[in-house]
Amino acid sequence: MKTLHIQYFAILREQRGESNETLSTESNDAAALYEDLQKTHGFTLPVDRLRVAINGEFQPWPAPVEDGDELVFIPPVAGG
Amino acid sequence: MAFRISAEPIQPQSQADVLQHPAAGACATFEGWVRDHNEGQAVASLEYEAYAQLAETEGNRIMAEATEKFELLAAAAVHRVGHLQIGEMAVWVGVAAAHRGPAFDACRFIIDELKARVPIWKKEHYVAGASAWINCATKGDFAADTAPPENS
Repeated sequence: MKTLHIQYFAILREQRGESNETLSTESNDAAALYEDLQKTHGFTLPVDRLRVAINGEFQPWPAPVEDGDELVFIPPVAGG
Repeated sequence: MAFRISAEPIQPQSQADVLQHPAAGACATFEGWVRDHNEGQAVASLEYEAYAQLAETEGNRIMAEATEKFELLAAAAVHRVGHLQIGEMAVWVGVAAAHRGPAFDACRFIIDELKARVPIWKKEHYVAGASAWINCATKGDFAADTAPPENS
């Protein structure tokens, strides 16, 4: 089991109802973890519409995770 | 060469002061404002949210790319977060270069890349009452289905 820290922004924050959480998971990568969370929390965006950042930097899918990592799932951006 | 996220209103003049350079013959700036409509819907206000740490990292990468590509002498940009009203400035970009061509081109490059790459999100609040996170529509969503991706 790994302990991961997740921060949520924008549509994911609203759908999760929390800005962050710490959880234990057996997922080996961020893509698999997102798909589990999606089932639990009803996230509407499919994983292929997201990017992911681990410990403050973008990572390519499926983005392997290690114990203690900080994850942010990044919905389609819309600055400007 | 700096990009930053600001929770406070943008002051364009104090931003522009950092662009001063003795070799500069051109300064181009861009301001993005909150407008009252999008794709046929009347917009009441906009809410911006950022993953500030990575937004500043990625934003500064864009500034560095622009500086190299267009041989800029100075560049700066700032993006607001929070709940903005119609007419407020959401983003400011400024560059200085020896000549006007690279200055205009760099300004356009920076705003286009900021919009495409930096983790900032925008929620439109409509006069009719609904709201939607832009670009986050999925099949079956109601308000978001009609919200366009590229028109902001």
